[in-house]
Amino acid sequence: MSSRPRPRGSAIGSATSRRRHAGGVTLAAGVIAAIVALPLLALLAAWRTPAVEIWTHLWRTQLPGVVGGTVALLLGVGLGSIVLGTALAWLVAAYRFPGSAIFEWALVLPLALPAYVMGFVLLGVFEFSGPLQSFVRRTAGWRLPDIRGWFGVTLTMTLVFYPYVYVLARTAFQEQAAGLLDAARSLGRSGPRAFLAIAIPLARPAIVAGGALAMMEALADLGTVSLFGHRTLTETVYRTWAGMFDRIAATQLASLLLLGAFALLTLERATRGQRGFLNRPRGERRLAPLTLRGARAVAATSACLGVLAVAFVLPVVQLLIWAWRRGLDATHAETFTRLLAGTAWLAGAAAVVITCVGVALAYARRLDRSRLTHFTTEFAAMGYAVPGAVIAVGVLGPLTYLDRTVAAMLGAIGGPVDILLTGSVVGILFAYLVRFLAVALQGVDAALVRIPRSMDEAARSLGVAGRRLLGRVHLPLLRGGIAATLLLLWVETMKELPATLLLRPIGLKTLAIEIWERTSESMWEEAALPALALVLVGLVPLLIVTRLTRGSAT
Amino acid sequence: MRGYRWLTALVIAGVACAALVSPLVAADEVVVYSARHYGQEPAFEAFTKQTGIAVRVLTGDAGPLLERLKAEGDRSPADVLLTVDAGNLWNAARAGVLSPVTSTTLASNVPAHLRDPENKWFGLTMRARTIMYNPKKVTPAELSTYEALGDPKWKGRLCLRSSGYIYNQSLVATFIKRHGEPRTEDIVKGWVANQPTIISGDTKILEAIAAGQCDVGLTNSYYLARLLAKDPNFPVALFWANQPATGTHVNVSGAGVTTHARNRASAIRFLEYLSSVEAQQMFANTSMEFPVNPKAETHPIVRGWGAFRQDDINVASAGEFQAAATRLSDRVGYK
Repeated sequence: MSSRPRPRGSAIGSATSRRRHAGGVTLAAGVIAAIVALPLLALLAAWRTPAVEIWTHLWRTQLPGVVGGTVALLLGVGLGSIVLGTALAWLVAAYRFPGSAIFEWALVLPLALPAYVMGFVLLGVFEFSGPLQSFVRRTAGWRLPDIRGWFGVTLTMTLVFYPYVYVLARTAFQEQAAGLLDAARSLGRSGPRAFLAIAIPLARPAIVAGGALAMMEALADLGTVSLFGHRTLTETVYRTWAGMFDRIAATQLASLLLLGAFALLTLERATRGQRGFLNRPRGERRLAPLTLRGARAVAATSACLGVLAVAFVLPVVQLLIWAWRRGLDATHAETFTRLLAGTAWLAGAAAVVITCVGVALAYARRLDRSRLTHFTTEFAAMGYAVPGAVIAVGVLGPLTYLDRTVAAMLGAIGGPVDILLTGSVVGILFAYLVRFLAVALQGVDAALVRIPRSMDEAARSLGVAGRRLLGRVHLPLLRGGIAATLLLLWVETMKELPATLLLRPIGLKTLAIEIWERTSESMWEEAALPALALVLVGLVPLLIVTRLTRGSAT
Repeated sequence: MRGYRWLTALVIAGVACAALVSPLVAADEVVVYSARHYGQEPAFEAFTKQTGIAVRVLTGDAGPLLERLKAEGDRSPADVLLTVDAGNLWNAARAGVLSPVTSTTLASNVPAHLRDPENKWFGLTMRARTIMYNPKKVTPAELSTYEALGDPKWKGRLCLRSSGYIYNQSLVATFIKRHGEPRTEDIVKGWVANQPTIISGDTKILEAIAAGQCDVGLTNSYYLARLLAKDPNFPVALFWANQPATGTHVNVSGAGVTTHARNRASAIRFLEYLSSVEAQQMFANTSMEFPVNPKAETHPIVRGWGAFRQDDINVASAGEFQAAATRLSDRVGYK
């Protein structure tokens, strides 16, 4: 972290109480973080009996290639989403052109598409037997290269993950860079020069944070990479698990993913640097966009249209066609309503729980800037780069242990001795928390750093400290950021598959599960309707987030 | 410490919610953990109608489902584990989550090579993994065995699933059982030398053959049947591999009663029903697999492919040699 441990016992009156408070905060944060980190620690615990023989085998046969494939994917997706997201954000923030007001929110929409859905649509359209290549073969007689492999999977993920960069970068351009960019313009510097010299350096933390999220998603993905036949570490984890029936070795492999997550988070922190100068005094106006005319306006509009066409319109239209061919009957419609309701409330509950924990941990970090608190919270957030199924299995251990203990206690007083937590919603929520805490932490953190520390000091000197500082000063200021985080988490958890699948109560089904059941049997048409619904349910919160992140200016 | 009080309240509320959500075990029901997710299973509904015993299903992937079953241990609500691929069944039996069932009904309905020698699981539907080809480009006379797909004449013309795909692992595993590792390694090496196009999805392989991306491939039989049901003119044909000699490789989806089943009697009754001619007929008609019960009839499309000789190696060997098969594929560079 950028900040050094704060010298303790400052001159302000309530120093001793604050120190005591900081100790409590460290402890509470430590406990929460430890609980969240439990399934991740289980990954490390698998090293008690190193599977030397399997490691040797993997090293000899594929590990170097797999690590290479993983790094290539991360670089591709990271670079792709950073370039695409930043460029689009700059266009929308700095210029006005036909459609720009619509593009401003519409460019977030691809985030509503789960990567695996985007993957099977792109594959269906662009593969050899798909309509496009068939058409080219019939008319021109050309055999186009196969979309499978690194290129296809990188393209797919870039198209669905670039909004992470786009949202953060756009806000940074509009709000943080406004003053300096206006000054540059008044001195005659605008366009590319201002972009490279001022906007990019100022927005760097936001851009890298978005890129890191995209890369962690790519690291944890299984569905999309196996669809395109691109081998990554996550794929090898599953291969070892399913193909050699060796979960211990698979778990050891999965711990390598933690290493990847750690590298990404470190990179993100390193580029964040001293962010103090980024604090935008509240009330400052947003960046005033310049109006583009002629060829430039056409170019800007077509660039945005082009991205939207491939990343959103194409998949939605393809899903509509499939859904149309399948048709809708009464039983279908009924199960469908149930699926929608199940998905929405489960994801809603998850969003609330994760955001609460996110606020608690981000706030603990602000109060107590010790290395220990920093490290524990950071470790707890690493689940974002670990595949859902690995986390789900990691969650099973602590969960069943707790169940047995509770059952033993209840049994001693003559109560029911059934398992309560495993296969209950609590288990799923816990898994979601482990998997998505990073999103909450990033979101709340980003909002929190925009509140100047001087405000804390001022509040304390007026006798407002501790929990009241959070309740009366910070929370009202954080409202927008927290709401945005809630909604983002809602979209994320709705798309989640492996943990939901494994930990759910018997009978509970979500849209993502329905899609999986169909697509794993290649029933694309059957999967189209639930996929469309998932996209539509995800659109609402995304549109609200877009409004929230546009900043306070009107 | 007000803060801790609400934390405690939260924990209690959470446990209470969990208790409400996890449904109480009803008397007359069978809980099935199933890695078979082909949509509705009319046979399950028919069972409930006949016996009054409700069937509750939790679907999932084979590996994770087994982990849940193991973790839940003696408190698991599951009565039956239903999964696809004999390797997965073998692995579940090895993990100790399945218990042996002595049932004359099951023994007479399910052929010996399609069930566990220790009676811990029973195949319920059968699928053949065999050669599919484009009749415009390939004549049946050019085709013979899985091994012969390593012939250089198929260079650049072969489509395969990845070696990580369970049915291909099981196929290679049965090769190891029959031919030993060195010979199997040569067979797979032959395939790899032909630079197969690796495609994710049996249906996708069939579509690739139809479109001319490749001329031959290996897929499960029912995927072709489903495509033919939609379009009778779908331009891909099936060839029964290894016919004169060892027979075509078959695999099963099957089930066993869990070690800690609470409704053991109902669970056995459920399995017996699923192996009956009536239920077998439903499987054959909806998922277009082969019934294991020889008295049940196959779907007309499937029947159109004619009778064939099955490889009668017990499908359990798919599990026994699975790890070896995966390693072998890794060694020869089969992706």
